[in-house]
Amino acid sequence: MTALLAIGTGKGLFLATSSDDRKSWQVSGPHFAMTGVYSVAVDKRRATPRLLAGVTSSHFGPSVATSDDLGASWQEPAEPPVAFPEGTGASLERVWQLTPGPADQPDVVYAGTQPSALFRSVDGGISYELVRPLWDHPHRPQWEAGFGGQAIHTVLPHPADPAQILVAMSTGGVYRSGDAGASWRPQNTGIRAYFMPDEWPEFGQCVHKVARDAADPERLYAQNHHGVYRSTDGGLSWQSIADGLPSDFGFPMVAHPHRGGTIYTFPLVADGERFPVDRRCRVFRSTDAGDTWQPLTDGLPSGPYYPAVLRDALCVDDADPAGVYFGTRSGEVYASRDEGDSWSLVAAHLPDVLCVRAAEV
Amino acid sequence: MVTVIVPAALRGETAGAGRLDVGTAGTLRAVFDEVGARWPRLIRRIRDEQGQLRRYVNVYVDGEDCRQTGGLDTAVSDDAEIQVIPSVAGG
Repeated sequence: MTALLAIGTGKGLFLATSSDDRKSWQVSGPHFAMTGVYSVAVDKRRATPRLLAGVTSSHFGPSVATSDDLGASWQEPAEPPVAFPEGTGASLERVWQLTPGPADQPDVVYAGTQPSALFRSVDGGISYELVRPLWDHPHRPQWEAGFGGQAIHTVLPHPADPAQILVAMSTGGVYRSGDAGASWRPQNTGIRAYFMPDEWPEFGQCVHKVARDAADPERLYAQNHHGVYRSTDGGLSWQSIADGLPSDFGFPMVAHPHRGGTIYTFPLVADGERFPVDRRCRVFRSTDAGDTWQPLTDGLPSGPYYPAVLRDALCVDDADPAGVYFGTRSGEVYASRDEGDSWSLVAAHLPDVLCVRAAEV
Repeated sequence: MVTVIVPAALRGETAGAGRLDVGTAGTLRAVFDEVGARWPRLIRRIRDEQGQLRRYVNVYVDGEDCRQTGGLDTAVSDDAEIQVIPSVAGG
């Protein structure tokens, strides 16, 4: 079995493969050189895995490309794969997220975009259509743009109920549909927005990432713009799980692929000090759904450390034991083949890492 | 015949061709509409889905920056030369 690690960077997509149970890696690329690869996905719901990449050229705009030969060749349709319809007055700026749909909908793929919108594909991620009810939501004019732009960066289909879809955006917060996207409701009760006059608004939070528990699909975890939260009711309400962390600021939140209650994040000091806490390179893992947290450092740099890990630059694969991976803004990528207990360097000196995704292929 | 000169970075969308012959003249918009019909992946690198010129793509009609001459409404003669040039931008 080969392990594939897709590394989206500010100047292209790199692909790392391992054929010795993730002990050593061969890195190739860049594909789409000089484009920002903000989203990548490995879709294993078909006989041949499909890679999807959301690429943005600062000159020539955004697009989505697919590969059915593990990156040897890439295809784009003649028509723009993700485009705002005439009359919306909007133009696609970036695809922040590509998420395969539930297992029983093998041709459904979702794209979360900037400006904040959700698109749905029913042809395996080749072409997409705007999910109009969310675009037409009366809250949309009040969704604000953070420094990274106004975007839907998280899309979580429900593994057992295709009608349920959860999205998260910066800013705007969490929204959920229970009717396959026909209607949407904000789901931010308990998430603080310290940067607003009303710190507990119905919507407007700057949720950085949401992850769904591997065993209980109603249990969710969120890394907020200050604040780390858990929901046990599918997002209806949220409770803080930040007490055991050295900081409640950060960007990624990742759930273990098989085991409930195990999650990973990479804390930074604060909004105004975006360095790792104590200037130490540490992933934090909880195995009890966020009640307690442990720092993971074996194999990671021990000296003063400054790079941050962005919201999609931490991921797990689907192997057992699970692999965990993260990339930094200084172009380093680390991998763990034992669920985070120990780490090794996959690549260094790459452009800034924007996203990583991994799977056995 | 209008000639559209394609930058090297976009010739993957034209099977390597650096010069395109376009029968339509009149306005830059009309020329680009024909380009879009014949080379759809090329035109979306130049214009967004609402038809607007991308911010960091410059287009010169007979040597004049179209942003100074009416944008997509710039007049294009039957034998005009249109250069598409990425701007000096990015990191």
